[in-house]
Amino acid sequence: MTIALEARKLVKQYPGVLAVDAVSFAVREGVCFGLLGPNGAGKTTTVEIMEGVTPASSGEVWYYGEPAGTRFREEAGIQFQNTALQDYITVRETLEMFQSLYDRRADLNSVIEQCSLGELLDRDNRKLSGGQRQRLLLAVALVNRPRLVFLDEPTTGLDPQARRNFWDLVKRIRADGTTVILTTHYMEEAQILCDEIAIMDGGRIVIQGSPGDLLRQHYKNTIIELPLEDFDGALQGIDHRIVESLGVIEIETDDVNASLRQLTAHTAALNRLRIRQPNLEDLFLDLTGHTLRA
Amino acid sequence: MLRRIYAIFRARNLEFVRDRGSMSWNIVLPVALMFGLSFIFSSERAEYTVGVVQDAAEIDASVHPFLASRYIEFVPVDDLESGFRRVARHQLDLLVQFTPEARYWVNPDSPKGYFAEFALLEFDGLAGGALQKLEIEGEAVRYVDWVLPGILGMNVMFSSLFGVGYVVVRYRKNGFLKRLRATPLRAIEFVIAQVASRLLLILLITSFVYAGTKFFLGTRMDGSHLLLFVVLLAGSMSMIAMGLMVAARVTSEELAGGLLNMVTWPMMMLSGVWFSLEAASDWVRQLAGFFPLTHMLGAARAVMLDGAGFAVVLPALGTLLVMTAVFLACGALMFRWHPK
Repeated sequence: MTIALEARKLVKQYPGVLAVDAVSFAVREGVCFGLLGPNGAGKTTTVEIMEGVTPASSGEVWYYGEPAGTRFREEAGIQFQNTALQDYITVRETLEMFQSLYDRRADLNSVIEQCSLGELLDRDNRKLSGGQRQRLLLAVALVNRPRLVFLDEPTTGLDPQARRNFWDLVKRIRADGTTVILTTHYMEEAQILCDEIAIMDGGRIVIQGSPGDLLRQHYKNTIIELPLEDFDGALQGIDHRIVESLGVIEIETDDVNASLRQLTAHTAALNRLRIRQPNLEDLFLDLTGHTLRA
Repeated sequence: MLRRIYAIFRARNLEFVRDRGSMSWNIVLPVALMFGLSFIFSSERAEYTVGVVQDAAEIDASVHPFLASRYIEFVPVDDLESGFRRVARHQLDLLVQFTPEARYWVNPDSPKGYFAEFALLEFDGLAGGALQKLEIEGEAVRYVDWVLPGILGMNVMFSSLFGVGYVVVRYRKNGFLKRLRATPLRAIEFVIAQVASRLLLILLITSFVYAGTKFFLGTRMDGSHLLLFVVLLAGSMSMIAMGLMVAARVTSEELAGGLLNMVTWPMMMLSGVWFSLEAASDWVRQLAGFFPLTHMLGAARAVMLDGAGFAVVLPALGTLLVMTAVFLACGALMFRWHPK
């Protein structure tokens, strides 16, 4: 498959801080690629180098087999984590202004419909809600009919309903064949949207692959969750790997039946028991050395 | 390129025009200043002022008994042309010279000149002298006529420096510039759009204020309106470019405010907005020569009060254009899209 964007040994050195440490990865055309990591992992710096807004100390970014340059700027759409728009300008004027900066153009009506901005066109940018604003910023990223879109933590601060609406939007963009590069804190978001992920920590990529493959490689077990107070101090009777996190006990087991029998024998109350498969959240916590890990 | 420049230019214009507070302030401030000053200076000077042609900086009362008379302020004049101009404008009631020739100049249309002449001849008669009388004609220049270019220039200065410098810093701080950086827009296109946008607004507002003061206060205009417009254009460009240079790298609005104040206040005090620099010391005049406002005001006053033509204001126009080029080049070289 064609490689849309490639990072080659990217390094970003700030005084006293190595923010990005020889990061290399390739993003295939048409996929949704997620870059995950805890705060300070270097993912936003990496993405900004790839976007061309932050210069790398060393390393290169290649776009469709050539160094990212004029063609990349024309064909890439970018939604930053925090972008202020001009005051006193309406949604329609904002879209028209940004579209005029490109030779390559989308049908503005389609973008407006896609991002559900029809009823907001004459509204001042200052009067948009968080969700409306994110939809506008996404629309701004789409006005040039991009072949590749960067979304940097696009749903941070949105309520659950607005977040799910935004996910639907991203799915539709991807369905059109647009390559998406997503950074996010939300593992659920990455699991739902991404075909491939890379987890960064300390300026390096710790692991990369499809969410399903990575979970299969790292986890053979099922997880049983119970509130800590339901154990009555009987934890020592359970002979599986146990993790305690925020008042919840997670028991990793390859034999759910046996584990449940043990739990029943130790008179634990099972009313609030939950059985689930490991997810990206678990993988993320395990790989980045999160403090919640037992 | 033009399409991108126009897009940024249009958006910035809309942003400014719809910000009613800023828009109103840009119009109300100079108009209020003009009317206020017109009211304050509506009464004439109480004392008589007589220029004495001499090289020395101090008046020597022993040269002629007239120089010892009370209720007259004597000011040294080392440049005859300057003295003639001030008599013509009624800024001096008389201009006298005792050596090497004994003569004086008076404006026959000046009431105070008429009485000052009586006093002079009375003292000269006592001294047995025979001063030669010469006349210089010209209408009085009210302070409001003299200060109008200053007020317009000051408004241009604030609008240019704060209107561009502050806005660019705000754009940089809130990430809007960074967002533009991620498009095909180039720095020079952004800079040109900002200059063009602010230039249009300044020219419109200044023309409006000028027309208003002309209509309501009947301010003086001896020269060409077209030439005055060219002077305004060159002055505005140089100060907008200066604002862009100041804002090229700054990321804090507080720092930008401090820097802009550091630039605007000396210009306001030393460029001749409120009072003439003719009597200022050499170093002050040399320092003022570095300010674009000084050259703009000098040229504007020459056109408005003396009816100067293109050739007279050409050096000032050239200086302003050179300053524009230097400021723009520095601004473009130092320009930063987003905070480090």
